[in-house]
Amino acid sequence: MKLKSALVSLLAGVSFAGAVHAVDITGAGATFPYPIYAKWADAYKKATGNGMNYQSIGSGGGIKQITAKTVDFGASDAPMKGEDLEKNGLVQFPAIMGGVVPVYNLKGVKSGDIKLTGALLADIYLGKVKVWNDPAIAKLNPGVALPNQAISAVNRSDGSGTTFLFTNYLSKVSADWKSTIGEGTAVKWPTGVGGKGNEGVANYVARIDGSIGYVEYAYAKQNKLSYAQMFNKDGQVVAPSDNSFKAAAAGADWNSVPGMGVVLTEQPGKASWPITGASFILIHKVQEKPENAKEVLKFFEWSFKNGATMADELDYVPMPDPVVKQIQSVWKSQIKDASGKAVY
Amino acid sequence: MDLVDTSIRPETLNNSQAPRRLRSAPWADKAFEWLTRVFAFLVFSLLLAILASLLVGSQASIEKFGLSFIWTAEWDPVKEKFGALVPIYGTVVTSLIAMLIGVPVSFGIAIFLTELSPAWLKRPLGTAIELLAAIPSIIYGMWGLFVFAPLFQTYLQPAMISTLGSVPFFGALFAGPPIGIGMFAAGLILSIMVIPFITAVMRDVFEIVPPMLKESAYGLGATTWEVVWRVVLPYTKVGVIGGIMLGLGRALGETMAVTFVIGNAHRLAVSLNAPGNSIASALANEFTEAVGDLYFSALIELGLILFLITTIVLGLSKLLLMQLARGEGTRT
Repeated sequence: MKLKSALVSLLAGVSFAGAVHAVDITGAGATFPYPIYAKWADAYKKATGNGMNYQSIGSGGGIKQITAKTVDFGASDAPMKGEDLEKNGLVQFPAIMGGVVPVYNLKGVKSGDIKLTGALLADIYLGKVKVWNDPAIAKLNPGVALPNQAISAVNRSDGSGTTFLFTNYLSKVSADWKSTIGEGTAVKWPTGVGGKGNEGVANYVARIDGSIGYVEYAYAKQNKLSYAQMFNKDGQVVAPSDNSFKAAAAGADWNSVPGMGVVLTEQPGKASWPITGASFILIHKVQEKPENAKEVLKFFEWSFKNGATMADELDYVPMPDPVVKQIQSVWKSQIKDASGKAVY
Repeated sequence: MDLVDTSIRPETLNNSQAPRRLRSAPWADKAFEWLTRVFAFLVFSLLLAILASLLVGSQASIEKFGLSFIWTAEWDPVKEKFGALVPIYGTVVTSLIAMLIGVPVSFGIAIFLTELSPAWLKRPLGTAIELLAAIPSIIYGMWGLFVFAPLFQTYLQPAMISTLGSVPFFGALFAGPPIGIGMFAAGLILSIMVIPFITAVMRDVFEIVPPMLKESAYGLGATTWEVVWRVVLPYTKVGVIGGIMLGLGRALGETMAVTFVIGNAHRLAVSLNAPGNSIASALANEFTEAVGDLYFSALIELGLILFLITTIVLGLSKLLLMQLARGEGTRT
């Protein structure tokens, strides 16, 4: 690691020597927000001339890189726990939100026809509910012709933020799931098959009759997959959409968890989509290179201000203004240079 | 070849400068020798360095789980309990299927190309096979998932399950619902991927069999099959086994193509039609988002195990060759 960081700083030194006027910043981590970060970076470069280079190497890699200080910021889909933030001297803030949608392939059943509760979804993925005409499903879906067909539960085989949100939600709504499986970017799936990436899951669902899976909303929309409606915390049936994701984010108390590490699953509110979540940015509290940290914060300040439409286009949900204000106050109070002066 | 190389060309004789220049730098030979030696040892030290870093990286996992890592089927990233049995089983089984299908087919192709094919067909066929080897494995994976798996699911798998699946004992290997993906599908894709490698090597070594040997056998009344089996194969066995090992090496370590079609389930299943996992695909899937030291370490240990499996396979092939060589000595 030492050698690696030495090498990186050497390389960084060389590149900075060539371009003194523009500070290019680097970030690494989560794959889920990569498309929007890349788009923001592109627009930011055009607007300001400063570059942001984001490597989507996965949350695990992002956390390793930021703790080794080889990048200016790290990105993770699962929020880092308060004590880990403390231990590594990191500050965390949410940057973008998105939703996860259950999709299915059932002959003769249209998109949105199936309604599910979280507990039922958990039982399906636990292998307890094995066929589509199980009484538990039939009870929630009167009038839908459910076939006597085995359910193939499709999951993500690669570790991913999508899986984290999905399992976090199942853990909240099913005690059984929480005790036997738990939550994480990868878990021990008791049944079903695993597809690599959103495209892998989408493909398996499209091809296996009687399958159910979960993908990011943008993916379900672009591929015109049949999605299920969900019963949310308030007992209302909601369909996945930008509005139901925003509704889930609206009532969140971001300061209730250290490092703003709120997972937006199973939020109250009539219109809230239950499987919503944010992706997080990690940055060091004490900055050895305050000019880089300043650039990172400038980049996100610019993106929060100007990036909302871009986020909408890619089916992400931008952070609402009050939350952005909270994030910026965290920047002011917590991110300092070596002498203790605030960077932002 | 030999004749050309050893013959003295007249123009070098006429040029009086040339011999003196050759004599004037004897150190160059030495330097060149050392340079090549350094290159050769570079490979060796690289290998040792990889082994060392795998050992260091997997230390946490080795300390925690010990040898039981190898025969534990559990893989639970949430509770941090890891065992390598499922990926090891998947790796070995898919490679075995690939070899069972790939080796006979490659052998047939190589025999056809060298012994039976009309001359005008040799070149295009040979080039086609070599082109197959140049296709990146991700393409095989995508093709496997989008084209092959649906065909396999609709036509081959139901037939396989209804016929082979009902055979007692043996049938359990083929039971299960046809979902088009699983260990058998992965093995089939792998067999297609190893065929060009094995075929290319086999064809090349078959071609170096001296025509005189074959003609003598034909002259004694041997059939084509007898010539291939009794003359060509014994003459080229080292190369043939080398080719098979090359293919096996590729099958064991293949990542992307397998990941797409194996189903990626960390569960032990008797049926070959059930989803499984292989070491390489587990690494490809889980490395990026592996948060936590023990999880990371367990993945590195998987890599170490793959390294050991490959070493054992290579060692066994060397042993086999030595055994064959010894047999040769006694026969004469």
